[in-house]
Amino acid sequence: MPIQLVLFGAVLLALSGLPALFSRRRSSWGQVVSTVIVLAGSSTGIVGIALHFFSRYLSAPLFFPWPAVGNSVVGLDSLSAFFLFPVFVMSGAGSLYGTAYWPQKEKGGSARRLQMFWGLMAAGMVVLLLGKHAMAFLLGWEVMALSGFFLITADDTREETRKAGLIYFIATHISTLILFALFTVWRLATGSFSFLPVSPGSISLGLINALFLLAFIGFGIKAGLMPLHFWLPGAHANAPSHVSAMLSGVMLKMGVFGFLRVLTLMPVMPAMWGWMTLAFGAVSGLLGVIFAIGQHDLKRLLAYHSVENIGIIYMGIGLAMLGRAFGHPEWTALGLAGALLHVWNHGFFKSLLFFGAGSVQHASGTRQIDRLGGLGRAMPWTAAFFLIGSIAICGLPPLNGFISELLIYAGFFHSLTAGTSGGTAAAFTAPVLAMIGALATACFVKVCGTVFLGLPRGESAARAHESPARMLLPMGFLVLLCLVIGVAPYSVVPILEQTVAAWAFPSGLPSPAGFLPLRTFGWISLAVAVVSVFITGLAVFLGRKSPRRGTWDCGYAKPEASMQYTASSFGSSILYLFHHLVPSRLQKSDLSQVFPAPAAMRSHIDDPVLDQWIRGFFRRLRSLSTWFRRFQQGMMQYYILYIVVALFVLLCTLIPFRELLESLFHHS
Amino acid sequence: MKNVLIHLLLFLFLSPLLPGIINKTKAFFAGRKGAPFFQPYFDILKLFRKGLVVSTAASWIFMAGPIVTLVAVATAGLLIPLGPFDSPLSFTGDVILFVYLFGLARFFTTAAALDTGSSFEGMGAAREVTFAVLSEPALFFALLVLARVSGSFRLSDILHGPIGGVNVHTVAPFVLVSIGLYIVMLAEASRVPVDDPTTHLELTMIHEAMVLDHSGPLLGMVQYSSSLKLFILGALLLHLVVPFRAPQEWLNWLLFVAEIFAVAVSIGVVESIMARLKMKKVPYLLTGALILCASGFILLVR
Repeated sequence: MPIQLVLFGAVLLALSGLPALFSRRRSSWGQVVSTVIVLAGSSTGIVGIALHFFSRYLSAPLFFPWPAVGNSVVGLDSLSAFFLFPVFVMSGAGSLYGTAYWPQKEKGGSARRLQMFWGLMAAGMVVLLLGKHAMAFLLGWEVMALSGFFLITADDTREETRKAGLIYFIATHISTLILFALFTVWRLATGSFSFLPVSPGSISLGLINALFLLAFIGFGIKAGLMPLHFWLPGAHANAPSHVSAMLSGVMLKMGVFGFLRVLTLMPVMPAMWGWMTLAFGAVSGLLGVIFAIGQHDLKRLLAYHSVENIGIIYMGIGLAMLGRAFGHPEWTALGLAGALLHVWNHGFFKSLLFFGAGSVQHASGTRQIDRLGGLGRAMPWTAAFFLIGSIAICGLPPLNGFISELLIYAGFFHSLTAGTSGGTAAAFTAPVLAMIGALATACFVKVCGTVFLGLPRGESAARAHESPARMLLPMGFLVLLCLVIGVAPYSVVPILEQTVAAWAFPSGLPSPAGFLPLRTFGWISLAVAVVSVFITGLAVFLGRKSPRRGTWDCGYAKPEASMQYTASSFGSSILYLFHHLVPSRLQKSDLSQVFPAPAAMRSHIDDPVLDQWIRGFFRRLRSLSTWFRRFQQGMMQYYILYIVVALFVLLCTLIPFRELLESLFHHS
Repeated sequence: MKNVLIHLLLFLFLSPLLPGIINKTKAFFAGRKGAPFFQPYFDILKLFRKGLVVSTAASWIFMAGPIVTLVAVATAGLLIPLGPFDSPLSFTGDVILFVYLFGLARFFTTAAALDTGSSFEGMGAAREVTFAVLSEPALFFALLVLARVSGSFRLSDILHGPIGGVNVHTVAPFVLVSIGLYIVMLAEASRVPVDDPTTHLELTMIHEAMVLDHSGPLLGMVQYSSSLKLFILGALLLHLVVPFRAPQEWLNWLLFVAEIFAVAVSIGVVESIMARLKMKKVPYLLTGALILCASGFILLVR
């Protein structure tokens, strides 16, 4: 029953774009009908998932005949159901948000296209998650990846968007290509394209390591792990905001899912794999947040935070893998539970933040943080929601980010006290996680402070207005999810328990909730939240008549909004700490003489992977290949000559060389 | 029950005495008479009776800053064990909550600072979050050392661990970690050589610069929470540097009070004999603390 519901939901999603597509260019009813269908599909899917987790319905795999590749199979297990939940939540919430953010009445054709591919992308992800066979999986994967391209380039009148779309397109196809290789090797090793556990001893060491590496890189590109993240910031920044939310909150997680799916089928788990995952996770987490601090573009900044959070997820997975390698079920249970819960949490709070960024852009027309300011006054709801999302992403209590990081920390503490050298080495990553937390706090204080607090820094920020209810409602729903997981973490424990059990562990896995009194954490978080909100409310009420004066500025005669501390200045002291890792480019003109001419300064942080490595490589390749240009003259005669030469060379291969040589040089 | 009550009374009512002791020590070194020990109490009480002036730029976050900070720090005070006694709230994993409550307090203090739109407060907030980037992992390394020795994930056990755990192997790590934690305490409590609460220039301060615009009851809350924070960090440090216990309960409480006063005196001495570091040099000091704590960890698990 659950799987039929989920599939029915997917069909609704896939077809949801049709009313919009067939409606008139600038009419809004098509979009409305489409959104209603998306919401219906999402609700159906969520009911199916709930039935799977809470009713003990057994989902038999469904067979679909697909003779070319053998029978293809889709089936619903806990791992896929777990990842399905954010897909359904976000496709519904984002679609509703889109009706106000990207209305067909104003945007016309691009809104029709967006509605079409929105549903297709969600449906593709459902197929991918349900697939128990490489072909079904790849089918869903490609539908998702291609729809993603059309969603990112919805605003294709801007060159920046087209460029970001192209980079995304190339990256996602490299990823698909590596997945082709992965499944070819899979077929070679196991004899079938089905996702069935590999029996131990049936596969050689070289092959299994090749499988792991291919999965790590192929899925790592999609997930946006640090050196493979190069497509991510541009795509997230330039897509429409609800698409960014979907990409960051949900689509990246498909990479994580694929990686986990392959790992669950592996018969062995060498410690090296765990170390690699943990190390890449830690690097990704740390560098992701440092790069985020240097950004001036609100959505680009959020995109780098996705790199950071994917890093945290990979740290949890790495710990889980080490637990399996060293035979410590408690590391695996805690690490995996933390990573999985963070998949949900990140899906919720990051989507919330992208929705918030979209509202800001909608209201003020800019994404440049340093041009904004004081928006909290004009858009109080957006500001409050964004603030809650910020606290959540920093991993602070009383919100959900804290709970998932707590589980991962607990895993590290268990690895520390196990007394083995491997466990101790793993625990070295715990302070890295603490540093990531401190950096994230710095970054989001900067964002909230500069965008929503203080005074407007520019004309556009001063004219800002609150977003319509159709944009606020999805945000409110996501805030609710963040709050519930934060103050009642035990409510997700049954779901986590079932999902963690998907990990094949010889001795079975303990419940992650058994190690921590999550109820106590929930109550304390709730108490802190309620008391804080209550006293603040009281203070605001009592202080409403208190005298208002200008901010103390050391007696300066003419204070102006542009004199406020900017986000760039706020981040610069941290960037200075890490200036070896993250060099920032600074252009400034000299100030000389008594009355200097007007001057400007701009700073920019290049992405080392895209701007230095990849672009640098292709620049060098181009300069090396200039030699070949002399053959490209553009005259038909030359090309005919080349054909003749090529034919001649080919004909030469028919000459029996040995006999020729013998007849030429042999005295007979 | 009795011990919980004493814990609460000491935590809530003794902590403002610590800045008083620090100031008296500094006055002694300067050859002055100094303000009375109870001056901080008088200050806080007076501030709570005063009215409030709010900046025209400020929103509700400005109010939430001191309040959330006070709530978070007070909750952290329920988690920290004093002397040999367990804390009133003690459960597995409370150590993470303890550290992250300080993070929550920092988030709201700095956000409230930015809410006024003042450059000085922005500068103070930027410094606060920058230095936390180094002091937070240092604190974590210190807690890892203690967790490893005690084999527990509960703050009370972690901090009580050193008593039984002190032996040849753990002395050197404990010494390193204690120095590191002392520096972290100075930084987190905004004392010299990281921050100087008494300078006359907004430009050179961290914590005081952030709260420039707070007045009346809100400023009272800020001052009260900073003394609570000092108390908590001092109590944390004491578990490492004074690992002996008396047989009687009352004597232990007395000892604890004497020890926490000694911590305040030592801070006063440091402030008297040292100048504040240049802002650019502070990260070096904190990196030093981080390295000390990390080497303590490496030395322990080698």
